[in-house]
Amino acid sequence: MEQLTRDFLRSQKLPHIWCPGCGNGIVTAALVRAIERAGYDQSDVVIVSGIGCSSRAAGYLNFNTLHTTHGRALAFATGLKMSRPELKIFVIMGDGDCSAIGGNHFIHAARRNIDLNAVIINNYIYGMTGGQHSPLTPRGKKATTAPRGTLERAFDLLELAKGAGATFGARATAAQPRQLEQLILRGANHKGFSVIEALSPCPIAYGRRNKLGTAVDMLRDMKEKSISVERSFQMADTELEEKTVTGVIYTLDAPEYSEEYYRSIEKTVN
Amino acid sequence: MPEIKPVLMQGNEACAEGAISAGVRFYAGYPITPSTEVAEHMASKLPEIGGVFIQMEDEIASMAAVIGASIGGMRSLTATSGPGFSLKQENLGYAIMAEIPCVVVNVQRMGPSTGVPTAPAQGDVMQARWGTHGDHPIIVFSPASVYETFYLTIAAVNLSQKLRQPVIMLLDEVIGHMREKVLIPEAGKLMVERSSDKVPSDWKPYDEKGLTPLVPFGFGHFYHVTGLFHDQYGFPTGDPIQVERALDRIHGKLEKYRDEIILTNYIGHKEPRVAIITYGCTVRSARAVVKKAYWQERLPVGLLSMQTIWPFPAREVEALANQADVIIVPEMNMGQIIGEVERYACGKAKIVPLNRYDGEMITPEQILNEIGRWL
Repeated sequence: MEQLTRDFLRSQKLPHIWCPGCGNGIVTAALVRAIERAGYDQSDVVIVSGIGCSSRAAGYLNFNTLHTTHGRALAFATGLKMSRPELKIFVIMGDGDCSAIGGNHFIHAARRNIDLNAVIINNYIYGMTGGQHSPLTPRGKKATTAPRGTLERAFDLLELAKGAGATFGARATAAQPRQLEQLILRGANHKGFSVIEALSPCPIAYGRRNKLGTAVDMLRDMKEKSISVERSFQMADTELEEKTVTGVIYTLDAPEYSEEYYRSIEKTVN
Repeated sequence: MPEIKPVLMQGNEACAEGAISAGVRFYAGYPITPSTEVAEHMASKLPEIGGVFIQMEDEIASMAAVIGASIGGMRSLTATSGPGFSLKQENLGYAIMAEIPCVVVNVQRMGPSTGVPTAPAQGDVMQARWGTHGDHPIIVFSPASVYETFYLTIAAVNLSQKLRQPVIMLLDEVIGHMREKVLIPEAGKLMVERSSDKVPSDWKPYDEKGLTPLVPFGFGHFYHVTGLFHDQYGFPTGDPIQVERALDRIHGKLEKYRDEIILTNYIGHKEPRVAIITYGCTVRSARAVVKKAYWQERLPVGLLSMQTIWPFPAREVEALANQADVIIVPEMNMGQIIGEVERYACGKAKIVPLNRYDGEMITPEQILNEIGRWL
């Protein structure tokens, strides 16, 4: 198993460019282990990514990898999936990448319920450009473009996806890498658009500015604040306010787009 | 001999039919006048032959999906008009950088901005050349008839496959919406081999030795595709030597295959005193003028029509400037290609603009009047 995992990494491209304490490596490792456990043929797996810190992960993974333009990863992946429905496509995006510039593609991928596995690494900030606020930055938190704290309300990414039609939504934190791996695997096995939100510390561009301590402090905080979805059912809304609900938030049944399309044209061709 | 049947069709339909004949099996687009019939035709035809039609959420997504499908191994095409073309530019640049074949159709309308959706214009010549950022090569065809639209779209698909380079079909509203007779050969006779059919075992996605076929994802070669400057294996690099080499590579392939890319047509007097250089629907008025002035009245007049406008047919224009005293450049804009004509005429001929930008075609009479002033 260890050897396989190494086969899935482009070791000659390592070490990675991420800062010390960044959670992107933990999430990427969870993704690799999930792919390994899914037992896919290496040739059938494609990693698509957008632009930003997280999206550099594609370059380190030994599959067919597609590093696209900012926000457009899901649109590239949609074309690819439609041309080759047998491919297992994982789309790595950052919070800004996915929900701001890529917001439209995100809701429409959800609406089509196309079989892509979106892994969104949410570090609450634009890391690569140096710490500007994103649509997922919590209200009141500071960023270079919100020096007095952002007034904007944050998206609930999973609710947004659900409202748009996504059929699988899950959340975990970098403090729980095994759970994250499990959830990515469940998302991969789910037929339809899967959204996995992976909360990840950015100690440099986000933590430092908001006085959240070291990377270890941030991870500990993530762990303490996370509540499993099962436990959350027992809790009042007020109790959940400062908490992060983790686990499979929802799974729904709806037709998957690429399968539907090819089934429909089979009728036309015959 | 392949069977050839005459069909009456619209320019936009001819574009879609040409694409299908050349093996295009993927279309992603967003509706916009006056290009919509390309999408509508594709939506009707592609599912019948096992292809994919998808109406995306916007123009940016359409361009992205076309690139994604091409990496999956399908020949792909998208169609739009001016405002949509602007939105596609970033991902068009991506396709150039990552060397992903695809065809982008822009049926021009009057601009800037939303302009006049249904009025003809040739205002996107420079957008087609320089719309995306950075120093990039580009191939742009500009057909003058429905017949030419059909065959140039086939050429565009095949050339894009061969050179792993996006090709733009720059139509104007007149060509897109006009109906004419097209002679359609038997299906399947018009397609070049897919470049990935012959892949050497030591294949590299961006081989420094030159043109290399694209291997679709899922065929065992694990490689990286990025819009960043990359080495011959596709991995990002900031090394000045590799960066320069990458740019030389994408420009060099167009220079090397120049004679296959550049298509022009000359009619009229062998040693003209007054010549016309034009492209797109304006060719039609100019051709009528040459028929009358040269074929009937034997005046020393000639016409260079350009099916390829980018890369610019510099040699052809230079040769004509050595012959003619005056070169008239009719364009349905405020003057775009004329700058290139001046550049390559190098002062050897007088270059005269003839522009119309009121949403109407340039008439043969207008061109005749201009010729009359110089003969």
